Amino acid sequence: MAFISTGYNPAKPMENRITDIGPKDHNDFYPPVIKRNKGKWSHHEILEPGVLVHVADSGEEVYTVRVGGARLMSTGHINEICDIADKHCDGHVRFTTRNNIEFMVDSKEKVEPLKNDLAARKFDGGSFKFPIGGTGAGITNIVHTQGWLHCHTPATDASGTVKAAMDELFADFQDHRLPAQLRVSMACCLNMCGAVHCSDIAILGYHRKPPMLDHEYLDKVCEIPLAVSACPTAAIKPSKQLLANGTEVKSVAVKNERCMYCGNCYTMCPSMPLADTEGDGIVLMAGGKVSNRISDPKFSKVVVGFLPNEMPRWPSMTKAINQMVNAYSNGANKYERLGDWAERIGWEKFFEVCELEFTHHLIDDFRQQAYMSWRQSTQFKF
Amino acid sequence: MAKHETPLLDQLESGPWPSFVSDLKAQAERRAKNEEGIEFQIPSDTVDDLLGILELSFKHGRTHWKHGGIVGVFGYGGGVIGRYCDQPQAFPGVEHFHTMRVNQPAGKYYTTDYLRTLTKLWDFRGSGITNMHGATGDIILLGTTTPQIEEIFHTLTHDMGQDLGGSGSNLRTPADCLGQSRCEYSCYDTNAMVYFLTNEYQDELHRPAFPYKFKFKLDGCPNCCVASIARSDMSFIGTWRDDIRVDQDAVNKYVENDAAYPANAGAFRGSKDWGPFDLEKEVLGLCPTKCMKFENQKLSIDNANCTRCMHCINVMPRALKIGKETGCSILVGAKAPILDGAQMGSLLVPFVEVNPDNDYEAITEVIENVWDWWMEEGKNRERLGELIMRQGFQKLLEVTGIKAQPQHVQYPRTNPYIFWKEDEVEGGWERDVEEYRKHHQR
Ligand code: HEM
Ligand code: HEM
Ligand code: HEM
Ligand code: SF4
Ligand code: SF4
Ligand code: SF4
Ligand code: SF4
Repeated sequence: MAFISTGYNPAKPMENRITDIGPKDHNDFYPPVIKRNKGKWSHHEILEPGVLVHVADSGEEVYTVRVGGARLMSTGHINEICDIADKHCDGHVRFTTRNNIEFMVDSKEKVEPLKNDLAARKFDGGSFKFPIGGTGAGITNIVHTQGWLHCHTPATDASGTVKAAMDELFADFQDHRLPAQLRVSMACCLNMCGAVHCSDIAILGYHRKPPMLDHEYLDKVCEIPLAVSACPTAAIKPSKQLLANGTEVKSVAVKNERCMYCGNCYTMCPSMPLADTEGDGIVLMAGGKVSNRISDPKFSKVVVGFLPNEMPRWPSMTKAINQMVNAYSNGANKYERLGDWAERIGWEKFFEVCELEFTHHLIDDFRQQAYMSWRQSTQFKF
Repeated sequence: MAKHETPLLDQLESGPWPSFVSDLKAQAERRAKNEEGIEFQIPSDTVDDLLGILELSFKHGRTHWKHGGIVGVFGYGGGVIGRYCDQPQAFPGVEHFHTMRVNQPAGKYYTTDYLRTLTKLWDFRGSGITNMHGATGDIILLGTTTPQIEEIFHTLTHDMGQDLGGSGSNLRTPADCLGQSRCEYSCYDTNAMVYFLTNEYQDELHRPAFPYKFKFKLDGCPNCCVASIARSDMSFIGTWRDDIRVDQDAVNKYVENDAAYPANAGAFRGSKDWGPFDLEKEVLGLCPTKCMKFENQKLSIDNANCTRCMHCINVMPRALKIGKETGCSILVGAKAPILDGAQMGSLLVPFVEVNPDNDYEAITEVIENVWDWWMEEGKNRERLGELIMRQGFQKLLEVTGIKAQPQHVQYPRTNPYIFWKEDEVEGGWERDVEEYRKHHQR
């Protein structure tokens, strides 16, 4: 494994340096039919789950086959996507915001061979490589974050919980039986890199134990002021600590009851780890949306305060999600998003029909806006 | 033969949904065989060790990654995220496992030529594992060592004409929906504008000068497919201010349940039968402003009262089209819950033209005014939404020179505690108490 240089010289980093060139020009990446008709599309239609046609004013059509996939993807898998795109789509392909892959062809005859090719490809373990679906009044791919695969503050895994959930929801990925689209999102700690707080259903990793303090090493590996200022709730203060061997060291103290388990301190200071087998687990939220359609965008609400991490398939989590999807599917009106349905029937009924337990943890006690969520009315349902 | 036993992960190979475990295993095997004779610049068994350490996390229920030190490319403050594992003896292949964020193209369209060049580079100098794409929008190259970072950057910039994305306290890689490239709802060319803004603000993207991160997201219409309203400090959401265009013949096709005119463009073609389409109930009845009428086979819309929610257009895309006088609304301050709770974007500019011919002048002016204020007043790690909360929406209007209008609020304030500025009050605040006392005894 000899080091092969590009010609970059660390002693003269500025030599021939190219910077600030930005992304590639999308105009060079559009399929020809897209380029020709951009801005001149008349309408579209979902022919079946996962298959769309867009019709241009010119009469030209582009057929899109949408397939799901793990956003964690090897180069081998990407090369296979390229092989398919070369074979059917003249070397063009696109990805969607929700980690789906779209293969586009410019005539109807090309759709069936493409679909057959995609549907036939499976991993050695038996799962589909390119399941067709993710459109319309169904459940599309879950957007998610890194989890145990790559981040230092997750309270659960991302790829694992997503795979477990999508296996359960798979029928709805390939169907349009729901009252409206249902968006599921996942973030592995409360920082919510993926911003899951406006999803119909959100899976969120959550710690429940404040950081441990590695006093002996803390001052050696951390900048104490940085650790102190990292804390959003001002729970950390500098403090002198006596080690077992009698030496006094500079370290920090944490006011545990103020800690919201965000892990920001650990980001700044590796001597403050907070991951814990029993402490960590999952919060489920529901009823958010970002679209402005019919009702305003809204935040998701916490509907399950805590579920333990159950590797590898998180059965309590998938069970609760299934309960919500089924109750929604049975109860909501056509076009009604999950949150609109819950508001129409009342959240007290939501817990009843979803068979979820309401606990004191679900009553807001965080800062001023908490008050807004309490009931200031005598109107409620028994 | 796998390097590590992975009994827990193996259980994620079954089931219909694409298994990332199967993909990782296949990749580990490809690297072990190395049929193409690649001179791997990082350990060939890096993917085996990635599986191994992930299995360990599944066993412990705890992550094994550490946050990692300063790594990056010379002169940039973002684009690379340092990552080290806490079990380097057992899993040396992922001892260093840094991430590089590569700025994705607008609309996430690719040619296979480009993707193959990228996978070739990443097999050679990295783990061959990616995220297509990360939550911000970038292509994420997951896992390489420190000495490779400059080399990868060199190849990206010199051979591929491709730059890194943002991380840290700077402009994060802007992202867009596919917009007019393939969506008839799109009120402006999101792809062109995201490309322009990304290039215009390269310095802000690569060199941290902000109090904290800042995100742009661009949605072509109020359906908000990239969730801009919830996920970006500044969201640009397409809209129009004239009338929805109505094709009466097509409306009647929907009413007649013509098979070529499925409700909601076919989104309900599935195993559930909702019965025949009912215009009255499904469109007129659900219009939030009840501004539509259907009489004598003619649909009329009271456009002055339409809030452009997109519902009717979504239901009948062949009959109803967005207006012709299009532009975008600008909302500001959305963020995830840390710390004062989540914030949705708040409407700052109800309508602005999107004009590439003058380099989006009207839009960049708003952006730069907001940045000037935030860079001046924002505290360390204070998102724009938090600054607006702290100093007030009125302050935001002041610094952007935008006139207050009822569109800015859901409803006017419910308390009368108006903090008047001295110059707003006739005669100012300096008064003579002696003069007062002449008429009011002590
Ligand atoms: C103080 C709080 C936060 C910390 C310490 C933090 C830390 C991190 C770290 C370490 C990563 C890299 C994960 C990896 O690739 O290994 C990351 C990714 C990311 N963060 Fe944050 N984050 C914070 C808050 C947020 C917030 C509030 C948002 C969104 C509003 C956000 C959005 C993102 C996104 C979009 C990514 C990319 C995630 C992905 O694609 O997997 N972060 N963050
Ligand atoms: C300097 C401060 C205030 C002054 C001088 C003041 C003065 C008054 C006066 C003169 C009345 C009418 C009493 C009457 O019926 O003759 C009144 C009533 C009242 N005030 Fe205030 N007030 C003040 C602050 C507040 C504040 C801060 C609140 C609430 C947050 C408040 C709540 C009320 C209420 C609820 C009533 C009764 C209204 C009713 O009978 O319908 N006041 N106050
Ligand atoms: C929740 C908050 C408050 C409530 C409900 C309240 C209510 C009242 C009421 C009902 C009166 C009697 C008015 C009358 O009958 O003439 C009053 C008088 C008064 N309040 Fe308050 N008040 C509040 C806060 C304050 C605060 C914060 C201040 C000053 C910092 C204040 C200063 C006064 C003064 C100076 C009077 C006049 C006393 C007098 O004329 O003898 N109040 N308040
Ligand atoms: S959500 Fe939290 S744990 Fe997950 S990638 Fe972001 S910072 Fe890391
Ligand atoms: S986990 Fe977060 S809230 Fe708790 S001490 Fe650390 S920084 Fe503060
Ligand atoms: S946000 Fe609107 S314009 Fe953009 S893809 Fe979605 S529906 Fe189309
Ligand atoms: S866009 Fe919405 S508010 Fe406007 S007419 Fe259609 S349904 Fe009504």
